[in-house]
Amino acid sequence: MALIEFRGVQKAFGPKRVFIDLNLDIHEGESITIIGGSGMGKSVLLKLLIGLLETDGGSILFDGEQIVNASPKTLTKVRRRIGMLFQGAALFDSLSVGENVAYGLREHLQMSEEAIAERVHESLDSVGLPGIEDMWPADLSGGMKKRVGLARAIAVHPEVLLYDEPTTGLDPINVTRINRLILSLKEKLQVTSIVVTHDMQSAFITSDRLAMIDDGHVIFQGTPDEIRRTEDRRVRDFIEGNADEDLDTETLLRRGG
Amino acid sequence: MTATDAPPPPRGPLPKGGVVGAGDSIYRFFQHVGRVTILTRRTFVTLFRTRLDWRAFVDQLDALGVKSLGIGAATAIFVGIVMAIQFAFSLERFGAKDTVGRIVGLSEARELAPALTSLVVGSRIAAAMAAELGSMSVTQQVDAIRALGADPIRKLVVPRVLAGIIVIPLIACIALVLGVLSAMLICNISFGIEMPFFLSTAIDAVTMKDFMAGMGKTPFFGFLTTILACYLGLETRGGTEGVGRSTASAVVVVSISILIADAVLTQLFLSL
Repeated sequence: MALIEFRGVQKAFGPKRVFIDLNLDIHEGESITIIGGSGMGKSVLLKLLIGLLETDGGSILFDGEQIVNASPKTLTKVRRRIGMLFQGAALFDSLSVGENVAYGLREHLQMSEEAIAERVHESLDSVGLPGIEDMWPADLSGGMKKRVGLARAIAVHPEVLLYDEPTTGLDPINVTRINRLILSLKEKLQVTSIVVTHDMQSAFITSDRLAMIDDGHVIFQGTPDEIRRTEDRRVRDFIEGNADEDLDTETLLRRGG
Repeated sequence: MTATDAPPPPRGPLPKGGVVGAGDSIYRFFQHVGRVTILTRRTFVTLFRTRLDWRAFVDQLDALGVKSLGIGAATAIFVGIVMAIQFAFSLERFGAKDTVGRIVGLSEARELAPALTSLVVGSRIAAAMAAELGSMSVTQQVDAIRALGADPIRKLVVPRVLAGIIVIPLIACIALVLGVLSAMLICNISFGIEMPFFLSTAIDAVTMKDFMAGMGKTPFFGFLTTILACYLGLETRGGTEGVGRSTASAVVVVSISILIADAVLTQLFLSL
């Protein structure tokens, strides 16, 4: 049985139908990357999983527990098992780096201040930023913010890590750093990783499996080798970055999301 | 589901006018009223059922109270001076200069200190709060709180509302003292009214009922200010432009709400 099951999930924002009939299984311990064009609902998928958004139909099971219409208590229980790195890191501006990383620990676990400080140090060390507990989010670069966001996500020792566009907006060196971190955290913590990205290079490096979302459905699932060999034109166009040269501007804009 | 889980209110184009436009505006108004009511209920349920985040609460006492004290004091002092000059100038012509202390004391206690201070301080608090929570919403910090298994109402709304209910009455009391003292000083300098006489007539004129009729309104003003600012901040969508819109809306909505609440509560306290 899969750890996470999306079954017939539907989601619309006003007239825009993001998911029409989305089905996807994610297995324990695997690293799956969700790819797709802008506006195809990749980040929405992550938010539905931890109940930040509600579905319009279908079901989402996490370790057999129904997420759709779940009680706040169930959602809290599920969220304790999942860590999320947000696209812009979403660090709390009013808290120091150390307090940011300790946030989930204080919420969930009855730990002494010494144990919290030790876990914060260990988490920051894991992302290559030891000893910056007293710095403030405003003093950090984009890459450092993402790594602190990751330290905050792993501090509670989650079973599943969600990465929302982890490499977007970063320079090539930081992209490599983040990719290495995703791989090393998977090895070290034995977590299930779900990465949302449209950075194909990162996707090939970090994934055991890829799933592509288009027009409200998962149109492809497979290993990096399988996706490289696929004949599906929509998938090929996406991974190779092909755009129809003869399309008019209006169509290009409409498809651009 | 928390209030912040609810889908955002519609942000469609502005009503075009006519019956349809008016209907749309009324619908949106009641939608907002409903959402604020839900947020209020959840805030009080959370306040009484979960443990208070003391650190956030103390931070809010500082942010709302200490940082609003300057504007509250300045308003009280200058309103006290203007009121005293206006009354003394007018009453002097009728030979009733001795009653200035009574009138100033009553006006300050029943209306000026509670309502005007709440209006000015409330606007400042509402703008700052809506901007802060709005920025947190658009940068996914509110989502991050929920993703980390915490409740944004407990972490963000409850400490702010509780601090508002406590801080606004305290600032209004300080404003009352400063308003009367500044009036006393200007009456002495400009109109030769003895300070002990002014003070004793002002204090004699104000009964406990008058004091309570004025200051009794301020916890409500504090509650209105903070719950509306929290609502507008948490409902912010649309990046920095959305933050600006929420901040401006917070000032307008809080000011008008305080004025309406003042009219209703004044009538209510008079009938008690």
